[in-house]
Amino acid sequence: MMKRLFSLLLMLAALPAWANLNVFATVPEWASLVREIGGDKVKVYSATNAFQDPHRIEAKPSLLAQARQANLLVAAGADLEIGWLPLVIRDSGNSAIQAGRPGYFEAANYVSRLEVPTVLDRAHGDVHAAGNPHIHLDPRNVLKVGEALAARMAELDAPNAAAYQAAYKLFAGKWQAAIGRWEKEAAGLRGVPVLVHHSSFVYLSAWLGLKEVGMLEPKPGVEPSSGHLGSLLARQQSAPAKMILRTAYNQEGPSQWIAGKTGIPAVLLPYTVGGTNEAKDLFGLFDDTLQRLQKAVR
Amino acid sequence: MHKPFAMAALLAASCGAQAATDSDLAAIRSQIDEMKKTYEQRIASLEQKLAQAESHKGESKAVPVATQSPAPETVPANRAGTPASSFNPEVSLILQGQYKDMKNGAGRGITGFIPAGGHDHGSGAIEGINKRGFSVDHTELVFAANIDPNWRGQAIIAAVDGKAEVEEAWFQSLGIGHGIGLKGGRFRSGIGYLNEQHPHTWDFADAPLMYQAMFGTEGGYAQDGIQLKWLAPTPLFLEFGAEFGRGANFPGSDRNKNGSGGGAVFAHLGGDVGEANNWRAGLSYLKTSARERESVFRDVGGLEAQGFFAGDSATWLADFVWKWAPNGNPKYQNFKFQSEYFVRREDGNMTCKDENAVGNACAAEVTGTYRTRQSGWYAQGIYQFTPNWRAGLRYEQLDSGTRDFGINAANLAVDAYKPKKSTAMVDYSWSEFSRVRLQFAQDKSMQGVTENQITMQYIMSLGAHGAHKF
Repeated sequence: MMKRLFSLLLMLAALPAWANLNVFATVPEWASLVREIGGDKVKVYSATNAFQDPHRIEAKPSLLAQARQANLLVAAGADLEIGWLPLVIRDSGNSAIQAGRPGYFEAANYVSRLEVPTVLDRAHGDVHAAGNPHIHLDPRNVLKVGEALAARMAELDAPNAAAYQAAYKLFAGKWQAAIGRWEKEAAGLRGVPVLVHHSSFVYLSAWLGLKEVGMLEPKPGVEPSSGHLGSLLARQQSAPAKMILRTAYNQEGPSQWIAGKTGIPAVLLPYTVGGTNEAKDLFGLFDDTLQRLQKAVR
Repeated sequence: MHKPFAMAALLAASCGAQAATDSDLAAIRSQIDEMKKTYEQRIASLEQKLAQAESHKGESKAVPVATQSPAPETVPANRAGTPASSFNPEVSLILQGQYKDMKNGAGRGITGFIPAGGHDHGSGAIEGINKRGFSVDHTELVFAANIDPNWRGQAIIAAVDGKAEVEEAWFQSLGIGHGIGLKGGRFRSGIGYLNEQHPHTWDFADAPLMYQAMFGTEGGYAQDGIQLKWLAPTPLFLEFGAEFGRGANFPGSDRNKNGSGGGAVFAHLGGDVGEANNWRAGLSYLKTSARERESVFRDVGGLEAQGFFAGDSATWLADFVWKWAPNGNPKYQNFKFQSEYFVRREDGNMTCKDENAVGNACAAEVTGTYRTRQSGWYAQGIYQFTPNWRAGLRYEQLDSGTRDFGINAANLAVDAYKPKKSTAMVDYSWSEFSRVRLQFAQDKSMQGVTENQITMQYIMSLGAHGAHKF
């Protein structure tokens, strides 16, 4: 009985995978980008969804099982997944995706990072030594990561290299055009003061010229406290913000509280692919983000 | 400078073959514009840098960058933010201490079970089992780093009142592939669920009675040896492991011997049910052999006697964990249920002695057969209802089962008892790195004694972000 089960398992293992590249992406935005570049030549698994805080995932059994079979692991990097990903990689028994191998890709390595701390001290909260890891909300970063990712996918799956490069070029063209459109649409957002729940929107703000005047978390990774929210409320007199931004995985309570006291809108942004019904892919993510921001600023 | 033009040419060539639509052309144009812009920016910034370098030539001090500038600081692409060092390990320090309120229990132990390492007094006493009031029970120093592309190493030094011991010191493979993982050194065994977890990750201030009965108050079995694991390439998590080692720890004993003194095998199965639920189940088997394993007994007259066991000890463990979090996001709210069961058989001979010459029934050494079959289990649930607060309940019960002492049954007291304990806890975490816990337990692990224990505990983690197991 055991022997038959075992041989069945071995047979399953030996079956040729229908996809050429088996990709394990830690977050939905990079899973989406892999899909744009890889099309039907890749099988993509996203370790998290838009409602999960990527900082706080556990190295659960399903993640180990998926990482075991991946040819390429795409991480956000800059320590975003430090609480769980190193363990998943080590315990996967998969030599291809270990850090330093071609099968290990960290998106944050290919862009200029913001908020790189000069002092590392947990008294400042759970700060990431390598800078703010939420890089994808500047669409120009998506392009840089895409270029590097296409090259990596081409390296790992040489027979399809041309297809990956062509798909990336097609995507890049459309993406450039979209950036032009988004920038035109968002002109009115320049200089608008905003409050944010967590420092998840730094790149979006830098790109659009939003002015972050306060954070609901007293320190990154520390939950909003009533005292801190009170001080934000007091600051609203001298430096009023126009809206409060949060992701789909942040609790809505603190934003709603400020909104109720000040009358400014609490805005949920999709943050990543799948965060709202409209954010079905990367294009939808930015279309919807801008729409929600514009609606709030009106 | 040739690169943008070459790329533009390539782009034009690749798109020329297709029927170019207006939007495609617009896209290409904007892309070329973007490229021009970025290259112009790069050249401008390089020129600026050059000018700066020239103007600062000869200056020894770096000019501080204005921090109030509207553009935040950035790190250039492709460069890690950490300084270069030939040895740059992840270092963390765990501070753990408590205040404990309980009875002054002489002869504290678990009725019907042989305690690992004797009992609370005399030689071979169990460290700290009877410590009341304030105490620093555990200070752990952890070093970990990749050794080279193929290996990773970790050492945990635990400091407990006046002595430091190597709790774990192992290396682990990174590059074997095919789902194979190899670990060597001193490590917490992969048997059971809680066994691999360090005290600072426990949900309660103490180990379950089950673990204390199996392995002593440290609540875990560690092995000096090697561990081999294989993760199956299946969508369902399926892992097999085997360990061989010295087997020096209870229920085994240390001795001068070639070969392996203890071994274990285990299998784990796990997966997701929807987005919100994850589970893992495991089955493990631990086999150790003992020579001259000393334990303290009571003779039929209530005097202390020493028993020396030689034989085999075989333990089966079954474990199960279920975790729930809304949308799979455990940050704000989550629930964890875990339960483990064990059954242990020991088979061999025992010599009863009167080492301290107290005049017990074994004044003349008596050697007889020794056979036991004992079992136990615990179940616990932990609910995190806000990001900061958690509350939990644990119930546990052991069964002293069959205890056949052979001819020593005439000399030693053979207790039959079912120790029970109920525990409730609530803890508060300011962040992932700091936690205080209040625990209340009703302990009926000693026959005829119902003890209420109150524990107030803190756990503080400094340094590197250690990733914790599922």
